[in-house]
Formats: sequence, C-alpha cells, structure tokens
Amino acid sequence: MKGTHLSIHAFPGRLSTVLIAAFVSLLAACAPAPSELVVYSARNEELVKGIFDRYTQETGQKIQLITDDAAPLIQRLAAEGKNSPADLLITVDAGVLWHAAQLGVLRPIESATLDANIPEHLRDPQNRWFGLTVRARTIVYSTDRVKPEDLDSYESLTDPKWRGKLCLRTSKSVYNQSLVAMLIAQHGEETTEKIVRGWVANLAAPVFANDTSLMQAIVAGQCDVGIVNTYYFGRLQRDDPKIPLRLFWADQRGSGTHVNISGAGVTTNAPRAEQAQKFLEWLSQPGAQSMFAGMDLEFPASPAAQPAEQVAAWGEFKPSPLNVARAGELQPAAVRLMDRAGYL
Amino acid sequence: MVSPMSGVGAWRGSTLAVVLCLPAVLPLLVIASALISPETEVWAHLAQYVLPDVTINTVKLVIGVALIAGTLGTSLAWLTSMCEFPGRRWLEWALLLPLAIPAYVLAFVAIGFLDYAGPLQTALRSLTGSSAWVPPIRSTGGVIAVLSLAFYPYAYLMARNAFLTQGKRALEVAQTFGYSRSAAVWRVALPMARPWIAGGIALICMETLADFGAVSIFNYNTFTTAIYRAWFGMFSVHAALELSAVLLVFILIALFVDRRSRAGVRYTSARDVSYQTREPLGARTRWLASIYAGSIFMLAFLLPLLQLVWWAIMRASRDLDARYWMFTAHSLVLATSAALIIVAASLVLAYLLRRQPSLFNSTIVRLATLGYAVPGTVLAVGTILPLILLNNALQGLLNDLLGTSAPTLLLQSTLLGVLLAYMARFLAVGFHPVESGLQRVTRSLDEAAIGLGVGGARLVGSVHVPLLRSSLITAAIMVFVDVMKEMPITLITRPFGWDTLAVRVFNMTSNGEWERAALPAVLIVAVGLVPAAMLSRGNSNVA
Repeated sequence: MKGTHLSIHAFPGRLSTVLIAAFVSLLAACAPAPSELVVYSARNEELVKGIFDRYTQETGQKIQLITDDAAPLIQRLAAEGKNSPADLLITVDAGVLWHAAQLGVLRPIESATLDANIPEHLRDPQNRWFGLTVRARTIVYSTDRVKPEDLDSYESLTDPKWRGKLCLRTSKSVYNQSLVAMLIAQHGEETTEKIVRGWVANLAAPVFANDTSLMQAIVAGQCDVGIVNTYYFGRLQRDDPKIPLRLFWADQRGSGTHVNISGAGVTTNAPRAEQAQKFLEWLSQPGAQSMFAGMDLEFPASPAAQPAEQVAAWGEFKPSPLNVARAGELQPAAVRLMDRAGYL
Repeated sequence: MVSPMSGVGAWRGSTLAVVLCLPAVLPLLVIASALISPETEVWAHLAQYVLPDVTINTVKLVIGVALIAGTLGTSLAWLTSMCEFPGRRWLEWALLLPLAIPAYVLAFVAIGFLDYAGPLQTALRSLTGSSAWVPPIRSTGGVIAVLSLAFYPYAYLMARNAFLTQGKRALEVAQTFGYSRSAAVWRVALPMARPWIAGGIALICMETLADFGAVSIFNYNTFTTAIYRAWFGMFSVHAALELSAVLLVFILIALFVDRRSRAGVRYTSARDVSYQTREPLGARTRWLASIYAGSIFMLAFLLPLLQLVWWAIMRASRDLDARYWMFTAHSLVLATSAALIIVAASLVLAYLLRRQPSLFNSTIVRLATLGYAVPGTVLAVGTILPLILLNNALQGLLNDLLGTSAPTLLLQSTLLGVLLAYMARFLAVGFHPVESGLQRVTRSLDEAAIGLGVGGARLVGSVHVPLLRSSLITAAIMVFVDVMKEMPITLITRPFGWDTLAVRVFNMTSNGEWERAALPAVLIVAVGLVPAAMLSRGNSNVA
C-alpha cells in the first residue's frame, strides 16, 4: 500500500545523489596496503608518532596507526580474530597489557634482543608484552610547607599528621589501581586496606580527576602532599622550573618506589608478525629508547639508555623489583578494595 | 487510504521498520544478550559497594539536569519566540550555540576556572585572604549546573520550534475565551507544546545518563562510571554490558510511561503564522529578559569559548598545521552524511508509525532510539561487534570463492561502518523532532490531499516535507552537531587515516593535555556555528 515505499520516491534528486556519493566514497576507503605495519595504540598519538616516523625514515617501513582507549581496542582485536589487520598493540599500564594477554590477543615472542634490552620485571613472564618506557608513581610535596625528612613510604601518608593535607587522584585512574595492586602484592589485602582507609581519612579535598590538577591544588595551598606519576610533575616543572613542588622517592627503605610501564606486544593474528617483531626490537635499543622515553619525560625501560636531562636531575632511586604483571593480576582485587575503603 | 492497512501493506511496513532500525537495534541486542548469562561475582560486589550510591547520584543528576535544563530551554524559547526585548534578535540564535560545546569541555573549563586552584579563588584569596565561602564547584550542584548549561539547547530548540509554529495564535484564542494571559500560558500554550518539550527533555535525560566525560572530570560517580569501573577496572566487559542493559530497561520504562501519559492526545498545527508578532515586554521586564538570556549565553558559551580561544592561541603556533584541514574535512563529511541519512530514516520511520502504529512497529522504533542513552564506549563496542561478525562472515565467503586471491575486507573501519554506528547512537536525535513535527500535521490534511489525488510518496514529498521543514532542519542540525562532538564511535570505527577534530581532541586529552585540546575544540565549535546560523535562518523564515 501507499505509504510503505516512501524512502526512495520521497527524496528524489539531490539526496539520492549525496547518498550514492557517500557509498562510493566509503568503498574507496579501503584497508591499508599489505606491506604497511598496522598499530593499535592506546598510547597518545603525539607520543608515538615521532618515533614511528623515525623508524619509517630509517627502514622504509610504513606504519598505519589507530588510536583509541585500550579497552575498546582490545575488545576489537579479540572480536576481529584471525581477520584482524593489527600487528602490534601499544598501550600504557602493565595491568592493561596483562589483561590483553589474558584475552589471548598477544603472541609470545622469542627474541634475544628483547630479552637482553628489557629487564625481566618489566616484561611478561611469557614474553607476550614488553615494557618500553617506565614511569614511577611517587610522592610529590610542597617545598614551602613540607620537609622531605617528614616523608617516607606510601604507608607513611596515613599518619594523622597529614590529616587534611593529602590530595589524591580518583581511584578510577588505572595508575592508582596498579599502585594499590602492587601494595597488595607487597603487604597483602588486610594491610593495604588499612593504608587506603588511612589515605581517605587524610584527604584535604574530594579526589581529583587528574594528577595535574592535584599538583596545582598543592601549589595553591589546598593540600601539602600527593601521589603522582613522574612525567606529569615533569611537564609542570618544564613549564615553570621554579614551581614550589618536588618529587620524593617513596619507600626507599622498604621495597622501592612503584613503577609502571608503557609497552607493546605483537598480536596473535598479526599478518606481518616478523616486521612487527623487528619494530619492537628496534624500539628496545638504546637510541630509540632514549627518544621514546624523552617524548614524555619518562625513564627508558632499557638500563643502557639515558633518560632526559630533566628526568635524570630528579636523582637515582630504587624501583620496586616486583614484576609489573602482578598489577594486572591483582587489579580487580585492588578496585574492590578501594570500593570497600570508600576511595572514590 | 487512511483506512486500515491490508495484510500485505502492514507486512511491508514492518519489514521497512526492521531494515531501517536494524543498525540501531543490533548493538542494543548485543548489550542485552549479556543478561542471558549474568556474571554474579562482579555484580555482587557492585551491588554491595557501588550501585546504591551511584543510583542515588544518577537519579539526583538526571532530575536536576532535566528540571534546570528543561526550564532554561523552555523559558528562553518562550522569551525569544513570543516576546520582544533588547538583544532578542541575536540572542535568539546565539542561545543555540552552546550546542556546539561538548559537555566535558564545559566541565573542564568550569573546574579549571572555579576550583580552589583556579584564577577566581586565587584572586579572592590574595585580595581578601580567604575563598572559603565560595561554594565548591566539584559538587553535586556544580555538575548539575554544568550539564544543564551544556544540554539546555535541546529543550530550547524543540520548544522554540513549537512556540514559533503555534504559540501566539493559541494564546490569542485562549484570551478570547476569557483566560487571563498567564492562565493562557500555563493552561494552553505550554500543554500544546508538550510533545516538543517532552521530546527535548527526553534527549536531555538520555544525554545525562550517557555522559561519561563530564561526570568523570567532576569525579561524580553515576551509573555510567560504574559501568566503566566494571569494564576498565575489573576487566569484566560482560558486567559492563549487563549494567548497560539494566540502564536500557529503565529508560524503556520511562519512555513508555511518557507515551502512555500522552496517549489519545492529538496535536495539530497552525501553518498560517506569517502574521505572528512578538509581545513587547514592559519597560523593566524587557531588561530583565535581556539580562537573563544574556547571562545564560555568557555562562554557557561566551566565557568558556573565550577560555578555549585563549588556550588555543597560546598553543596554536606549535600545533596548527595543514593536517587541520583534513581533520575538519573529515568531521564535515561524517557529520553531513550522518545528518542526511539519520533524518531521512527518521522521516520514514515517523511516517510509518503514523500510518501503521502497530505494537510491533512502535516497539522496534522506540528500541532503535535507545542507543542515545547508552554510554558511548559501551555502545561503540556493541556496534562494532556485529560489524566485525558480518565482516568475518563475508571474508570467509570470499575466501571460499576466490581462495588466496580474495581481497581483504575491513567493514568495521570503513565509512559504511562509521555511518551505521552513528545510526545506533543518534537516531533518537533525528527522530524526536521529526515525530513531534509530524504529530501536528493534521490527518484531515492527509485526507484532503488524497481526495485531490495526491497520495503515498507524493503526499509526503509535496505536502508533508514542506510543512515539516523546520522540524527536519532542527533534526539535521542536532545530529550534525552531535556527530561533530562524538568521540568513542568515531575512534573505534574510523577508517585508517580518517582522524577528525573530535579524534584530535581525544589524542590531546587522553594524555591529560587539556589546554592543547582547545584548538580542535574551538574548531568544532566554529564548524558547529554554521548549521546553528542556518537553523536560525530556517526557522525565522517560518516565523
């Protein structure tokens, strides 16, 4: 009957032309060329593009990049299965890499180069992913109001003398989830829950959405101490070298400062696995390592590479020797613990 | 012809509904399928420690934003379409502009400016020694205020459309029958505009439920943040889908209640509105109106834009390069094609419901509009899974047919994929205005036209489309601007190399560099201004 076949006749001429044009153009947007390496990256484009371009210059290998949050990228990889165009997954946070490996989207790699360049605690025990840059999550304090002698470990921030003086980022941050996971690995759940409750009791303000605003609150005098990733501090310091803040390496008398990584793994169904592995090996070499870490004021994963001058000036510290994979294993437990402790 | 459809016609109609709604319904089925095998462990934890708080928070937020944004939008629409006051002519279209500013951008700017470490409180402390009396922006009130300023244009646009097409005449008729002016407003004009106002508020509620960006900048925990916590934090995509499905059920019930409360009511439209004039306000009230409308414009648009432009200028020299032409072109192509496709589909569906309002048809169309309330990333995954399945099936077929010479398909990252995915998210945005508009085209008009031998497609093309013009333009603009701002679906389904302005915003903010995101954000606003201006002109012609 009439009224059921409206779609075409009701929109003659212009609209159908536009629709046809749209369909033609979407057919034209085809898959990447067979020789191009395809990277799914949850690491910021700005922080990988430069190093990718360098690799293309040196070797002629072209690279296609899709950026997104890690969780949807990993789901996409898993769903695409053997038809996936992706060769390499790059992301921040060891917990996320652990999760990707659990889902079976990363393949184990036998590589003497990677084994030699990347320390054991910064890579998957089954060699499915490798840390490429390192960031510490440690204490930051106001140089106006705090003496470094008063600081010690993450646990020490639960002391009542910090009541109303501590600022923290939200427990939604994967970096805090990894930090608490590592505390669980060291101290067990019971002690860790006490630590987290102690932090919450000392908060000066509702938890912040990011590390930068947390540090700005310390500068403004809303609180005196906080816990941040080193490169966020580095960025503020780069913009204002006289900023009245300093990093304190947490837990130097105990098991060492918590470190996390950004890293990568070759995908299980990589169409160009060999080229992907070559690229990964190239990324682990000292030259590329310094450049990669330098892009965002991080530490290189390879001990043979030098960090940027500004980063080196923060001083040597003892990092926690625990394998960062533990952060992934214990992350769900950490999230639950923070929920129980009322850490929002 | 308006008589009951024959069996064949009804069957065809339902087939059309299914085909058009499929891209929007499939992702929701993927999400709902999670309910089949519940993940009890994560649920138990969330139910005990997370859900009680976030449910209360979500209810507070949705009610607060619906009330404030609905009131702002409706009252501003009334003032600009029915009254004359200083500045009315430019405020009328300027009040649409906040539509182009993404809510998370507004949230970021508001907190940056008003929090303890922000310039306002810092200045207060250095002048008076204390800023303790300033109410905290990172609070329930703060997040409600910001979301209301971000979302009121939905109510404004829809209500304005209603008032412009009939408000004045309705008032005059009511006053002829002895109602006082204020009684006429409350008892006649507002009830007559109800489908539009309700449609606008429905969009506002759905936007609020789906919002993740703004609430996470406020660290205000809602149902959405609980969904992300299950997925990103506890690695359970299954629990995240389940929570989303529960959210869908609630929205479905709300929509159903709203429909029921309006059942049996018919709306008709007066089209001869050329004589409509605006009521000049009194000497004092006209300035009050200017101050009210002007300050909403300042808060929701001008001040945040100035902040963005300031940041953009600080960073532009480092960041602005030729790629920005590409980002802008990609955004424009996607937003324009999505607007055309979604409005066309909305028109067909709204018309189908008018002719064949069977339970089956109306259910599937309602379902197809629910995607707007699902948190973006969850819907993005729900959308891409069926696409990938289809792609893998087609690839298998090709491989069987052609062997090793088979080309590689990648449906999930083609323009077709992106556009289908946008259908899932934005069908509601196109459908609500078109449906409200169609409700006021009288059936006697249909019958008259059919009596003159104009039926079927010609009836739509030559009678309805011109009558619906302002509703169609409203729908197209809202879809266009929403697609410009859209992030999660664009990120996961864009073809290789197809970065848009919103993707650029993501690439900056994902690393916490908000100031650097100002440049693409300003461009999104600038490109969004073009359709907003078009819209205002389109509607002025009607008035």
